[in-house]
Amino acid sequence: MDNVQQLFTPELWQYVMLRPLIGGIAIAICAALLGTTLVLRRYSMIGDGLSHVGYGALCVASVMGFAPLYVAIPVVLVSALLLFWLSESGKLKGDYVIALFSTTAMAIGILFSSKAGLTNDVSHYMFGSILSLERSDVVLCVITAAVVIAIFLLLYHRIFAVTFDGNFSKATGIPVRFYHMVIAALIALTVVMGMMLMGTLLISSLIVVPTLSAMRLCRSFRGVVISSVCISVSCFVLGLFIAVLCDFTPGATVVVTNVAFYLLCCLFSRIRGAE
Amino acid sequence: MTPLLSCNDVTVRFGTNTVLDKLNFCVEHGDYLTVIGKNGSGKSTLIRCLLRLCPLTGGSITAAEDFQRREIGYLPQQSGVQKDFPATVEEVVRSGCLGNHRFLPFYTKEDKLEAEKNMHKLGICSLRKRSYRTLSGGQQQRVLLARALCATQKLLLLDEPVNGLDPKVSAEFYDIIRELNRKDGIAVIMVSHDMTNGLRDAKHVLYLEEDAQYFTDIETFRESEQAQRLRGEIPSGAHLREVRQDG
Repeated sequence: MDNVQQLFTPELWQYVMLRPLIGGIAIAICAALLGTTLVLRRYSMIGDGLSHVGYGALCVASVMGFAPLYVAIPVVLVSALLLFWLSESGKLKGDYVIALFSTTAMAIGILFSSKAGLTNDVSHYMFGSILSLERSDVVLCVITAAVVIAIFLLLYHRIFAVTFDGNFSKATGIPVRFYHMVIAALIALTVVMGMMLMGTLLISSLIVVPTLSAMRLCRSFRGVVISSVCISVSCFVLGLFIAVLCDFTPGATVVVTNVAFYLLCCLFSRIRGAE
Repeated sequence: MTPLLSCNDVTVRFGTNTVLDKLNFCVEHGDYLTVIGKNGSGKSTLIRCLLRLCPLTGGSITAAEDFQRREIGYLPQQSGVQKDFPATVEEVVRSGCLGNHRFLPFYTKEDKLEAEKNMHKLGICSLRKRSYRTLSGGQQQRVLLARALCATQKLLLLDEPVNGLDPKVSAEFYDIIRELNRKDGIAVIMVSHDMTNGLRDAKHVLYLEEDAQYFTDIETFRESEQAQRLRGEIPSGAHLREVRQDG
């Protein structure tokens, strides 16, 4: 109970919780928005693959002494465009390309970092470091979120059309490939930013799970998008508080909260379906 | 008046495999063309060409001056891809309007009215808030047809529209299409392998075979040997050749 009272002191709010909350909510919104199209297009594993590519890039960058983000963002961006292009043009038969991509990048990252003995620094990217975010990290998260939200809202109807039926959209003159590339770029941004917070291993679940929960609850595309954002943000906040209270790893707690909520949604839709 | 759409020597090859060979036909305003052919006769490729999804190896497809090819209302073949897709009927129908303007991030009032009109026309207004995935096959086809109508004023392109529907629902669906063709004057291109019902309302027929193609009006086609052969009334040419070889 001491822990609970501690939570409500203003100092703790200001110095411990404020940055993780702002940064995390920003990324939770992005992940949920993009997750909808990824899950519905059966591209869930791409998020996972990209995070591993990002991890490799971050390791290499920090060993070589470059600013990690300036290396990771372009590398992940290029990989995202490549993976989307491969899947869309039908050259990606099965998901082995993603597996190949992600393990190779991961291996290169680990090779570099173990050689340089930077295990501590690099493990931040593996498991996330949401409680020790820099001010500049938070600013970056918020900018990313602003960009993703703005573009998603502007293209909302077209993203729906392209996701629902690509061929019909192409036939009506929508440049489907262009929209895929835009989505890929936004995902790359979100994944890299999300890695700092949640860690390489967990960011993809932040993209996928809220959408799955929302799909259990809603019938309309708009409903799924809106509720997956709400679910993502509330599970993040709840998870973060639980983590701070009980001294758990924040990223993992957020994911477990999300999955627990998903199970609840499954149960709910079962009961509703049975009526 | 120039035809709405005309194909001139359309040829498509994939590697050494010639799928469409110098195909010639045209679709007039208010026409009803049924494209008949077995699997592998190039029907799907033809559709993809008409929709500009597949590049031509040779020949050309030209449209009338007052018609752009992105204004074709396309009804895709039923597929299981969208089985669990959360989308309401209204969302799906409205998405047909997106080709009308390039850059607007939202639907205009006209778009919404158009969607409304087409849902009314197809009798699916009461389903508007229902989820597409929970509808029956016939209802889903109506929804997709309403979407196609939002994308066109002049030409519908239907890919095996009654595949997987039971006979009663298919008959209803053919009636709807005839209505659209006769009353609203919308030209129809229907791809089908249903020799009897698919041809019921057709004005023209394009018959595709692996090595041959015929484009005629319906009366000529009905009388032709092809139709008789397929109805089993006289032995087919292929059959005759076989007999001769045996002898």
